[in-house]
Amino acid sequence: MATRYFGARVKRNEDPRLLTGRGMFVDDVQPTGVVHGAVLRSPHAHARIRSIDVAMAAALPGVVAVYTHADLPATLAAPLPKLIPHPALIHHKTQYALAPGIVRHVGEAVAFVVADSRYVAEDALDLIDVDYEPLAAVVDLEAAVAPDSPLVHDDMDTNVCAHYTQRVGDIEAAFARAAHVFTERFTVDRGTAAPMECRGVVAQWDHKMRQLTVWDSTQAPIPIRNGLARLLDLPQASVRVIAPDVGGGFGPKIMMFYPEEVLVPYAAMQLRRPVKWIEDRRENFAAMNQEREQIHDAQIAVDADGGILGVKTVFLYDSGAYIPYGIIVPIVASTTLPGPYRIPNYHCEFQAVFTNKTIVSPYRGAGRPHGVFVMERLMDRVARELNLDRTEVRRRNFIQNDEFPYDVGLIYQDNAPLIYDSGNYPAVFARALEMIGYERWPEQRARYRRDGRHVGLGVASYVEGGGIGPYEGCRVTVEPSGKVHAATSVGTQGQGHFTSFAQIIADALTVPVEDVVITTGDSGAMSWGTGTFASRAAVVAGNAVALAAQAVREKALKVAATTLEARVDDLELRDGQVSVRGSTERSLSLAKIAVAANPLRGTIPQDWEQPGLEASRFFAPPRGTFAGGTHAAIVEVDVATGMIKILKYVVVHDCGTIINPMILEGQIRGGVAQGIGNAFYEKLIYDENGQLLTQTFMDYLLPTAMEIPEVEIDHIETPSPLNPLGVKGAGEAGVIPVPAVFAQALEDALQPEYPIRISQMPLSPNLLLQMIQRQ
Amino acid sequence: MKPAPFQYAAPETVDEAVMLLSEYGRDGKILAGGQSLVPLLAMRLARPSVLIDLNRIAELDYIRQTDGEVAIGAMTRQRTIERSGEVREHLPLWWEAVRYVGHPQIRNRGTVGGSLAHADPSAELPAAAAATGATLVTRSTRGERTVSAEGFFLSYLATALEPDELLVEVRIPAHARAGTAFLEVARRHGDYALAGVAAMVTMRDGRCEAVRLAFTGVGPVPVRVAEAEEPLIGRRPEESVYAEIARIVAGRLDPDSDIHASAAYRKDVAGVLTARALALAVSRAQEPMADSRSSMVDHG
Amino acid sequence: MADPPTSIRRVTVRVNGREHSREVDVRLTLVDFLREALALTGTHVGCEHGVCGACTILLNGEAVRSCLMFAVQADGAEVTTVEALGTPERLHPLQEAFRDHHGLQCGFCTPGFLMTAVAFLRETPQPTDEEIREVLSGNLCRCTGYQGIVEAVRDAAERLRTQGPGLESTE
Repeated sequence: MATRYFGARVKRNEDPRLLTGRGMFVDDVQPTGVVHGAVLRSPHAHARIRSIDVAMAAALPGVVAVYTHADLPATLAAPLPKLIPHPALIHHKTQYALAPGIVRHVGEAVAFVVADSRYVAEDALDLIDVDYEPLAAVVDLEAAVAPDSPLVHDDMDTNVCAHYTQRVGDIEAAFARAAHVFTERFTVDRGTAAPMECRGVVAQWDHKMRQLTVWDSTQAPIPIRNGLARLLDLPQASVRVIAPDVGGGFGPKIMMFYPEEVLVPYAAMQLRRPVKWIEDRRENFAAMNQEREQIHDAQIAVDADGGILGVKTVFLYDSGAYIPYGIIVPIVASTTLPGPYRIPNYHCEFQAVFTNKTIVSPYRGAGRPHGVFVMERLMDRVARELNLDRTEVRRRNFIQNDEFPYDVGLIYQDNAPLIYDSGNYPAVFARALEMIGYERWPEQRARYRRDGRHVGLGVASYVEGGGIGPYEGCRVTVEPSGKVHAATSVGTQGQGHFTSFAQIIADALTVPVEDVVITTGDSGAMSWGTGTFASRAAVVAGNAVALAAQAVREKALKVAATTLEARVDDLELRDGQVSVRGSTERSLSLAKIAVAANPLRGTIPQDWEQPGLEASRFFAPPRGTFAGGTHAAIVEVDVATGMIKILKYVVVHDCGTIINPMILEGQIRGGVAQGIGNAFYEKLIYDENGQLLTQTFMDYLLPTAMEIPEVEIDHIETPSPLNPLGVKGAGEAGVIPVPAVFAQALEDALQPEYPIRISQMPLSPNLLLQMIQRQ
Repeated sequence: MKPAPFQYAAPETVDEAVMLLSEYGRDGKILAGGQSLVPLLAMRLARPSVLIDLNRIAELDYIRQTDGEVAIGAMTRQRTIERSGEVREHLPLWWEAVRYVGHPQIRNRGTVGGSLAHADPSAELPAAAAATGATLVTRSTRGERTVSAEGFFLSYLATALEPDELLVEVRIPAHARAGTAFLEVARRHGDYALAGVAAMVTMRDGRCEAVRLAFTGVGPVPVRVAEAEEPLIGRRPEESVYAEIARIVAGRLDPDSDIHASAAYRKDVAGVLTARALALAVSRAQEPMADSRSSMVDHG
Repeated sequence: MADPPTSIRRVTVRVNGREHSREVDVRLTLVDFLREALALTGTHVGCEHGVCGACTILLNGEAVRSCLMFAVQADGAEVTTVEALGTPERLHPLQEAFRDHHGLQCGFCTPGFLMTAVAFLRETPQPTDEEIREVLSGNLCRCTGYQGIVEAVRDAAERLRTQGPGLESTE
């Protein structure tokens, strides 16, 4: 197959629409007669609801309905579904559509108002009178595991909902024979994904057709459809869930269910009117899932040359008030930690802990930044203590190219063995050092220092698990017009699927890439699928696309062979035309073949599989793919103010074969920007009562174009043997090692006058200056 | 995040505005550029019953030079003074400070009077007003009065404006020959200052003749530290004096801690910025004979 | 004498060259007016407190946040939204540059960046990178890391110098 498009910097098909204000985001769905929802949210981190009086709100002109927990049918009154169970997750507590009597975090949904406008709906919220009896809140993660802690769920005798350990080798023996054992504590605090589009749901119920249509800014429309059908007691065919243009997801736009995802459809059915709820930014801060809070007590055992003998981490994972998504994040943290290093003995153990804070579920990185932060900081410690060059100690421990497939010895988040499929860690690392100028760094650093400038270099590597199952699908159709349509089972939030999937199809069918129209995120177009998360869409859906496109290509030849009375082997497909080799007359366009494939009379041969020039295929990988990379940065510190400036940032990345380098680099750059946020700017702050103090973009600081530097990128391509395209996931790569890189760079910048030790993220100028002044 | 209901009036003259204020001022709010007030309305943290919008009062949009002063109408957009050659020449400290206010989209709407009357203690223009010894002019149906910057800013978001009074003008002594510098540390570009300083020095014969310092982000109002101005007066500027002043500043300021920075951080950084700002201001100051010298440099 | 305060007022505004007149609640923000009353959904709502810049439009040619204005305040004004720039078939040079440099991913913040950049390039036709980054720092993007946007604005400056503005309806 010719590859005109695969691997090329193809401009995006979706851009003209999005650039001209013609995108369709959930809030752009404006059905006639739509009414607007608003949610009354708990102002308390933990309280008993003594009573709720909605009479005044219901009487306000323009108010259509007010719902509390007492108004909900049994299926919606019960805790919402458990998304990902795990044997170690003993107390799988999930959230409610509306709080039944106790609220467990600030922002938890208490009542739902529907009114003629959002303005009036918010007026009505002011008129709902809730009598709360405040209860003791547990906010601090370590306090939550203390024996005398208040309980988030009073039917449990602890706040610990899961305790899970994985072991490789014999950690005790490794530590016993080690030349050195180093111990450190690392903490990572909370942040939020902050997609530029908040969440939103619009639902329309056609009473006569008994058809529910839901537009939802979700990353997983098909599972939402399946769940809604069950909760609302409708056949799946009567529910269509569309994730239209989604303004950024980054993980937390999958929940199944956020309360509003059931309240809005339910109200639309009850009221027989379209209902819209658009989350505002303050709600988003308190009500969209958060992530990142973990405390690791870690140890590394090495031989006299810095060779790793064993690593141990015991950590706490803050799950917030409920744990619908299960223990995916801490599993990912503990299985990402080993990274590109050979670690013969490994012990990882965590407790997942309830606190009176917003629910935690994966946010871009999803535990990976934590694992890498711990591991890379331990490597820095070894280098320092053994007086080794930090790059040398890493080189000594890299998994070598002839060791793949490399079995880490753990079970990954998909319940499959954690086996690295392929990689080339030493080469990726060497290229990054070359790009950052590591060889010349000592002189350069000294030169800066002579000018009174404190400038440091950091470098860190990681392995990114992605491309996990269970499966995704694609249906490719050539219509009688000759236009190619494809429906995939994943949604899209900016990853460029309208282009990257079109590239794969255009190559297979030899048509221009802009003539391939992709539908994503519509359960009406594709009935089976899971969603866009865990760096998996390009791998799992991408390969389904390739299989379906290949099947259509083969079918085109088969149908043409019948029409042209030729042998398939004598046919060739070129520029959208099937012709008999060596003949210009005996030729058919794909459009004509599409017509021929769907005759009105006669019959179609059994081996055509189905009518039409169409094929559906699913791809189900046995286990995940493992990409890798190295980031390096140079950063300057103002030792008088604690302010930093990033002077250079490079990424070398290996995610197998590349479909579209432009899109891939965009994913990486966006990830790095979020990583810089995690390292320096973004921190959710709760006070001791569980009040969220950072609920605006003035208090929760997203980095801007002034804070984010240019990111230089290079690629190394080590194909995955696990799928036909050889691709691996890349969605999270950018964010993963950033805090680890900066921790090392800052220490480098400040040595030897200020021998600070960085073991927590994020940092602020205040914190950094404090560390500097303590020296 | 939608504002609670209110009533709205849009007077077209100052006279109309002060009439409306005398009637509704107590439960009303004045809407100037709206860049601080509208978010408060959207979050329902402010719930005025009446909003009096000044944006149609063309007579409050001006920059006028009078003897030794520049008078700026309260509804002059921040972007207008940023683009003004007059401001750049005669009020260099204001010209420098205004560029720290938010972002261009904010300054396109935000007004000089709005920023002063809102009196956010971390804002830039109140500090510029304090550093340059500006005078604020107010109007009500009872008449006009003038208030010094020091007398105007009373506390956090509180000013000397009575409920029926409108800020109509700020008069700023021209300081073309003074050396000025505005420096601040903010978490991100465009954010409110964690600590900031406006510095103005006048030089004669290589010695410092006058110094004014005003700080933002380190107290409930734009803060002046008189003791920190004294050591430089009559002396030749040098690093050791700056360092001494930085220590005095850090010792005298009494800021609060918040989620963005501790009191200790703000004090230290205010001191550091003072030293840097003074050095910069001194380097920019023109001696009385400066013009001929600079032209020699130009041609040389 | 000024009109007394009211809660409903008529607003007449020229948007992208067309005049619209509506009775509105005085508390209706300009962005809600554009999106709901006029169905111009290209302008997006990202934070409603004036930080993210997704709602940036041109008001009498100047980039402003339409979430920080009330519709009534635009009475008599000329408003330009992203819908006036180019069409999918014929993109504005700035939009072309965004596409060529991958200056957008999810596209939600994009209209705000475009309107900020259009106003900026008119005033600063030969910007430095520092000036570009400074003006763009009033808009938040969560997908791109800004690099493609900065490159697009730099490139658009060049294109606009050679090709002309192509923005018919604003002047």
